[in-house]
Amino acid sequence: MGKSTLKDLLERTPLWQQFVAIALVGIAMFFSWDGFLRLPSDLIIPMKQWITQFFNWLGNDAAIGEYKFKQFTRSFALVLKQPLLWAEYFLYRGYRPLDLPPVPWITLILAGGIFGHWISGWRLALFTMGCMLYLAVFGLWRDSMRTLSIVVISVPFAVLIGLWLGIWVTRSKRAASIITPMFDLMQATPHMAYLVPVVILFGFGQVPAMIATVIFAMPPMARCTILGIQTVPPEIIESGQMSGCTPRQLLWKVQIPAGKRILMLGVNQVVMQTLAMAVIASLVGATGLGQKLLNSLQQLKLGAAVEQGLAIVLIAVVLDRLTQAYANRTNNYSPPEPNLMKRHKHLVAFGAMIVVTFILAWMFEEASVLPRSMTFTFGTQLDTAVRWFSANAYAYIQPVRDFLTLYVLLPVRNFFLIVPWPVVVLMVGAAGLRLGGKSVAIQCMSLVMMIVLFGFWVPAVLTVYLVFSAVIICIMIGVPIGIWASRSDRVATVVLGICDTLQTFPSFIYLIPVIMLLKVGDLSNIVAILAYATVPAIRYTYLGLKGVPTVTVEAAIANGCTPRQRLLKVELPLALPEIMLGINQTIMMALAMVAITALIGSRDLGQEIYRALPTADTGRGVLAGLAIAAIGIIADRLIQAWAAQRKKLLGVAS
Amino acid sequence: MTSEVKIKCRNLWKLFGSAPESFMREHDNNPSPETIEKAGYIGAVQDVSFDVHAGEILMIMGLSGSGKSTLIRCITRLNDPTFGSMEYDGDDLLKATPEELIEIRRHKMGMVFQNFGLLPNRDVLSNIAFPLEVRGMPKAEREAKAREMIELVSLTGREAYFPRELSGGQQQRVGIARSLAVEPDVWFLDEPFSALDPLIRAEMQDEFLRLQKKLKKTIVFITHDFEEAVKLGDRIGIMKDGRMVQMDTPEQIVLHPATDYVAEFARNAPHERIVTVRAIMSDTTVTGDNPIDAHALIGAVAKRVLTAEAPIPVEHDGQIIGSIDRTAMLNGLFGDDA
Repeated sequence: MGKSTLKDLLERTPLWQQFVAIALVGIAMFFSWDGFLRLPSDLIIPMKQWITQFFNWLGNDAAIGEYKFKQFTRSFALVLKQPLLWAEYFLYRGYRPLDLPPVPWITLILAGGIFGHWISGWRLALFTMGCMLYLAVFGLWRDSMRTLSIVVISVPFAVLIGLWLGIWVTRSKRAASIITPMFDLMQATPHMAYLVPVVILFGFGQVPAMIATVIFAMPPMARCTILGIQTVPPEIIESGQMSGCTPRQLLWKVQIPAGKRILMLGVNQVVMQTLAMAVIASLVGATGLGQKLLNSLQQLKLGAAVEQGLAIVLIAVVLDRLTQAYANRTNNYSPPEPNLMKRHKHLVAFGAMIVVTFILAWMFEEASVLPRSMTFTFGTQLDTAVRWFSANAYAYIQPVRDFLTLYVLLPVRNFFLIVPWPVVVLMVGAAGLRLGGKSVAIQCMSLVMMIVLFGFWVPAVLTVYLVFSAVIICIMIGVPIGIWASRSDRVATVVLGICDTLQTFPSFIYLIPVIMLLKVGDLSNIVAILAYATVPAIRYTYLGLKGVPTVTVEAAIANGCTPRQRLLKVELPLALPEIMLGINQTIMMALAMVAITALIGSRDLGQEIYRALPTADTGRGVLAGLAIAAIGIIADRLIQAWAAQRKKLLGVAS
Repeated sequence: MTSEVKIKCRNLWKLFGSAPESFMREHDNNPSPETIEKAGYIGAVQDVSFDVHAGEILMIMGLSGSGKSTLIRCITRLNDPTFGSMEYDGDDLLKATPEELIEIRRHKMGMVFQNFGLLPNRDVLSNIAFPLEVRGMPKAEREAKAREMIELVSLTGREAYFPRELSGGQQQRVGIARSLAVEPDVWFLDEPFSALDPLIRAEMQDEFLRLQKKLKKTIVFITHDFEEAVKLGDRIGIMKDGRMVQMDTPEQIVLHPATDYVAEFARNAPHERIVTVRAIMSDTTVTGDNPIDAHALIGAVAKRVLTAEAPIPVEHDGQIIGSIDRTAMLNGLFGDDA
């Protein structure tokens, strides 16, 4: 009874009174004990050190019988290295012992074209070939193929493991109760946090990068598998059962084929995550485009960075388009084609292409491996242009930047820093209790407590400050664009097209223009987050407004609403839960980006992870990653609970 | 109905809720609807008993939420009933192991679904061959059988089309062909025509009757449409709130509805196509030319009776057994209270 009265009390008291009460408590705490702002170090649980020690022990001393754990992991890495090596021989190295060259670049480009034509048509074929040509002509072929080798080998592993886990979850309640929350946590943890423990166990280089990639990219596949299997209409399952399927037949012949589209979207996500991770894995010594880009950024060779960034973007867009087109392919009636050549035209073209290009490669060196002399780069020119631009534009940008930093960002940051942590615990608890009930409240409060007790309070606050500021701006930009798109189909096509493309870029890329224009500082971090995280705010606003039932809109028009009234009084209130889910997504993406912005200097949790990497301070890196995940989970729980409550109230619950 | 009993259901119950089995046990396996509701359970099927005879079309009719869909899923064991017994050809169906159940479904049962339940990734031919494929029949053999079925449901020429490319009526023809491909003993149809437009629906009902004339299956047919039930069924079971309110021939239901609920449906039913002369004639024998057959539907002889001045004799097996006059005919056509 006691708990329910507490909830009643919260619901009965006006919100402003609650805020005043909390503010008073906060002020009292602020003046009473410093520990409320920053927990004294002797009260902090040394979890960081424990984890670091554990991983050091695991990496150095742990042994099973005579074999050290380290030997075990290293031999595991050696096994995984083999397929990767073969991919590398194939794509760019050539097999030295037999003096075999790699597959000629023209063969790969044409193969991409034929593949694109097979799954979609001429447009995709030309686009694929154009992008691959860019890689070759700009001298980025080898590095691209290095990165692609990791992708090509990681994707099947991630897909198979994800598929298997997903199937397991749909079959066993117990598996679901363990694995689903684990995935929640894994998806909320930023890429970089995965790298630290992997380095300890597997060392630096391509293989650890691949392992981190597989672990990171697998959850979306498992999620899509679960979703795909569970959303097969019950009648299709029943018809399978009535046809006399065994459980195994039901899975492989009914559920998986019928859920194929969602499963293929899972593959698409795996490919995109794999690429993103393969780029970031340059931090643990993976070679390829990511490493080149990292070097260029660190040496401020922005022209080269733009070219390399563009290469990554093009690879991402091509991979995205190809996998999406494959996922959306539908079976159609095709009249029987008697001519064998025509029926297998893609296969025939592929064979012919192989023969012709191999002969060409044998005759002309240039067709096999494009010599450096035939590639070109605009790196230096771009550098000059960028330098000229910053020299001139910076005069205008700098005052704006300084103004915003001094008068907006710093006050906000200072305010965040003087909020005592018990106040945050209380507020999170009260919000959780009101929106979702006791379990949500307890979950959220203990996550905050964990951050405090493990000694991450200050970086966590700085993270929240960055994310909060960025998300506010995201909303201010994204929601109006979403509204604009929902008013006109023509605008929608353009805006959503841009959103789709932006979402395929690995987060790393967004640092390039930010460094070019703003140099470093809090504002740069926020702008980088903005560029990455505004998309869901736009998309969900658009979807929310489009999802308002036509009847309701027509009723509003019939009642004499002006367009403005219609938007403000009818559509926006109904779309609000959906928009909030978009903001939720925005927060998640902002948190993911926070970790990346550590590369351009910050003092938040991302920086904690980044600094843990070279020093192999596993505890610090992992816990900071988990702290970011914790912030994300708190926001997610509260917003989801709110949206569910609201949707139920509006009678639009799904 | 003296023919053999194919399926025998006794005291079937299906409750949804947290622990339905123990709830049933605590209430002597016969809880009242009020107890069920109070305990927070949903009594989808409550104490339903009936037989399905070989070769008959048994219609189960009820509005949405009446439990008819759950009932058919209990009989096919897509959902296991909470309590009760079910015999199939004298064997206890509830005791069948999962393996036995798969065998039964592969050889003895066929089912048609409201929204067709076709596999979107397979073409017509391979959808129809699917039950034979999972049973392990070689490809050539099962495709020959599937082609036979395609001809039976008049879809020849559409073998390589995918479900998405067919109209609703055509998709349901595929569903019907698939369910018949295993040559089932019992054919279950779960609102097969409810998702179709009225015109297509009427066409498919005629098609169904044509098929049944040829195949003579034992059929359990679920519908929410009383007219469909009387048009197609040999017997109709009417369900309300999980219970079987009445099960009888269409004629008996129309003439002697068990409850007001049934009477409501019966009132608007097309009596002229349901009631036979025998049911409304009087026992007084009269003489006259051209006696009417006792089994004739009243609609077929209405004009003659209504335009005749005197009662007309009714014969059965060459004997005059009664007579029919205008008043009886009018009552028969429009009900006693008209």
